[in-house]
Amino acid sequence: MKNALLIFLMMVVTFGVRYPVLALVGRYELPAPLVRALRFVPVAVLSALCAPMILLPDGTWDLSLANAHLVASVVSIVVAWKSRHLLLTIVAGLLVFALLRISGLG
Amino acid sequence: MATLNKREFLHGARDTLPMIVGAIPFGILFGALATAAGLSVYATMGMSLFVFAGSSQFVAATLIGQGVGVAVIVITTFFVNLRHALYSASLGGSFRGLKQKWLIPLGFLLTDETYAVVIKRVNESPDKQHHWYCLGSSVAMYINWQVCTMIGIMAGGALENMADWGLEFAMIVTFIGIVVPLIVRMPMLVAALVAITVALLARDMAHNFGLIVASVAGVIAGCIAELFVDRQQSQATHSS
Repeated sequence: MKNALLIFLMMVVTFGVRYPVLALVGRYELPAPLVRALRFVPVAVLSALCAPMILLPDGTWDLSLANAHLVASVVSIVVAWKSRHLLLTIVAGLLVFALLRISGLG
Repeated sequence: MATLNKREFLHGARDTLPMIVGAIPFGILFGALATAAGLSVYATMGMSLFVFAGSSQFVAATLIGQGVGVAVIVITTFFVNLRHALYSASLGGSFRGLKQKWLIPLGFLLTDETYAVVIKRVNESPDKQHHWYCLGSSVAMYINWQVCTMIGIMAGGALENMADWGLEFAMIVTFIGIVVPLIVRMPMLVAALVAITVALLARDMAHNFGLIVASVAGVIAGCIAELFVDRQQSQATHSS
């Protein structure tokens, strides 16, 4: 019962951040400076989301080569930069990460 | 017209396939982690079906495992997902004039991955409507997420220490693949670097609020950098 309530409330707040803005913005024209600002949204949000997970994988700073998250991320960034190909980036990053984990280096 | 819509739907689904590769390990990890944290099979599946927000489900499963109460988990979910309001604001303009029967499902199904795929398409052809394309992308992500949650529930019982494998890295590498190609100009790089710096400094703020602060700081820094670049360019053209 407690979990049903939890899921219901999680659904309400999640839909509550996704839908209303979509409906409102669809009705009114946005000012041009705001539209320009919104172009920075994906880069800013996703960078902020990932950086702590990469540099502090267990909640503490780890800038060593033993940090598989960091090494595989650097490889992914280089592949993404050179190739600009999403699938290639994901496969390369996952492969390096898996190899580091399996070999016990990371 | 109907075949054109169908083609747009399938096109959206096809363009989302790379994102799905990244979402598969993450979905499996959620299924395994949530059941390990004490959620029933139905509750785990229910969360994927009704909430459908990967990173917040992941955080919720972790908090449930630590015995955290409902109120804190719901507040955390709100803040972790607050970025979707920014996505909605960014996409909303291209959904102008759509009826509620479109806006409600497109809102419910909006994820980082679908946003990234659709906004690229919108920027390529801003004059067209992209709701069928967006729906195709969303439905592909939704079906994949349900199947992966189910696999995770089953695998979690069989493989005990799956949570230690670091499958959440799949999400990180997907986001790297989205972000890096977007950084073509200096202001975008400034936005990323400022967002990263603030996220690292503010990471201990309660309820993941640091993520929102960092995102807003990144956007503002990007805008300032753009103003600066524009001014320099206009000066260069005036003096030449």
